[in-house]
Amino acid sequence: MDAVISGIGQSAVGRRLFRSGLDLTIDAALDAIADAGLTTDDIDGLATYPGSYPMPPGFSGPGTPDVQDALRLRLNWHRGGIEGAAQLSALVDAVLAVSAGLARHVLVYRTVTESSAQAAGREGIGLSGGGGGGGGVPKMGGSLQWSIPFRAYSAANWLAMNCRRHMHEFGTTTEQLAQISINGRRNAGLNPKAVYRDPMTLDDYLAARMITTPFRLYDCDAPVDGSTAVIVSAPEHASAVDHPVARVESVGTALRGRPSWDQFDDMTTMAARDAGAMLWERTTLTPADVDVAELYDGFSFLTMVWLEALGFCGRGESGPYVEDGTSLALDGPLPVNTHGGQLSAGRLHGYGFVHEAVLQLRGEAGARQVAGRPEVAAVANGGGPVAGALLLVREDGR
Amino acid sequence: MTATVGETPFRVLPVVDDDNRFFWTSGEDGLLRFLRCDGCGYWLHPPSPRCPECGGRRVAPQPVSGRGTIWSYTVNHHSWDGSTEPYAIVLVEFPEQHGLRLTTNLVGCPADAVHIDMPVRVVFEAHGSIWFPVVEPAAEEV
Repeated sequence: MDAVISGIGQSAVGRRLFRSGLDLTIDAALDAIADAGLTTDDIDGLATYPGSYPMPPGFSGPGTPDVQDALRLRLNWHRGGIEGAAQLSALVDAVLAVSAGLARHVLVYRTVTESSAQAAGREGIGLSGGGGGGGGVPKMGGSLQWSIPFRAYSAANWLAMNCRRHMHEFGTTTEQLAQISINGRRNAGLNPKAVYRDPMTLDDYLAARMITTPFRLYDCDAPVDGSTAVIVSAPEHASAVDHPVARVESVGTALRGRPSWDQFDDMTTMAARDAGAMLWERTTLTPADVDVAELYDGFSFLTMVWLEALGFCGRGESGPYVEDGTSLALDGPLPVNTHGGQLSAGRLHGYGFVHEAVLQLRGEAGARQVAGRPEVAAVANGGGPVAGALLLVREDGR
Repeated sequence: MTATVGETPFRVLPVVDDDNRFFWTSGEDGLLRFLRCDGCGYWLHPPSPRCPECGGRRVAPQPVSGRGTIWSYTVNHHSWDGSTEPYAIVLVEFPEQHGLRLTTNLVGCPADAVHIDMPVRVVFEAHGSIWFPVVEPAAEEV
């Protein structure tokens, strides 16, 4: 594969913005296109995750037809879809399209309006979804019939069981888990766009209400409204922009176990194990080369899973690795979730991590910039049977 | 394994079709069933028309003992469905096959009594024609 991220953009991010997903997406897209030194006439590819998808409210953002029409794009290639290597599947597909010559500049976006949708009085969990309902009794088909009828409504419930198994097998503790949330909040304090910026102590973390054991409130990310866009370009374009680009060095898209939340062979690794292994199979770089890591934290535990899956610590060792709080910090050996992650900066659903990784590689992360000109960044998305990872390398432009 | 539970919390119902009807109605005679391959004996869950182990096409519902152990669990406190009472969501592993698991609920004891490796037995909770397999603690020595 041969492609670079030549531009990034982001709309306003916040709670209850009450703006349409398309409106936010246009802001992010135009921002990214200009950042890449392009105009809408140059964009010949379009990709998103998940595309138009019926539930839950505010989850999907606009589909590619809406964005194409709004920007009057003339496309050679386009895609939207929820299956694949987690949220990053859209970006990976864009890299493939550019590498294969199907497109030269692909606009990739992810938009959420979950905060406004939930504030409008609708449930974040779509109890009526799945089809076949009627008579006012909610029904659930497909794979969700194996969780939701047993009152396991949320990924919080599903992943809490993975976390509990990790605690059982490796002795991982609540206090160790807390470090993911505390680190995110510390970094969010340096990110003006983060939604939660007040400092958090271990006592604050422990005092928050229980959601589903062992997850407390601050183990769960915060729904927000916002759109993130990136431009994936042919590598020659690197010389045409006035800032460094992020070359896509490797991707991890593997799924080698069963595609199921509760039948996957190893609950303590989930599919992150497979995506992480594949990422390193495709590069001569090693985990020691990574300067900054943006690791999915839809739930705090997932960052620990990714630390292990990407080889930043041994299997089962993420608890001791994070325990003293310094290993994840901006001035630590491997700064993690430097913008605050989804726990404190808000659930931009995967693409907040991509945006932040590129900012860090470009040296444009402001007060939270990692020192020493980071050259290599790892990005990971997903949990359960969905997982995707990226390895990005800074390439200086003209 | 014939007991049923009296209290019935709110439950989203499954969409029953030809592939899963055996599972969701299995409790009518007090037995939990999964699909099993006639050829190699592999247990298939969720239901699938062909055995992924041997490729066999003859798969049919077969009862399991209904005994299992808690592989993992969570005690839910958040009110997703209007209920404010904490309840235990559990992942039960059945001895018939390593990795044959079912996400369900632990009943018949306080939610916070749940623990990994706890022996459990399946009981059924009827909602009309749907029989939800849930589990209750089983005697440790069994």
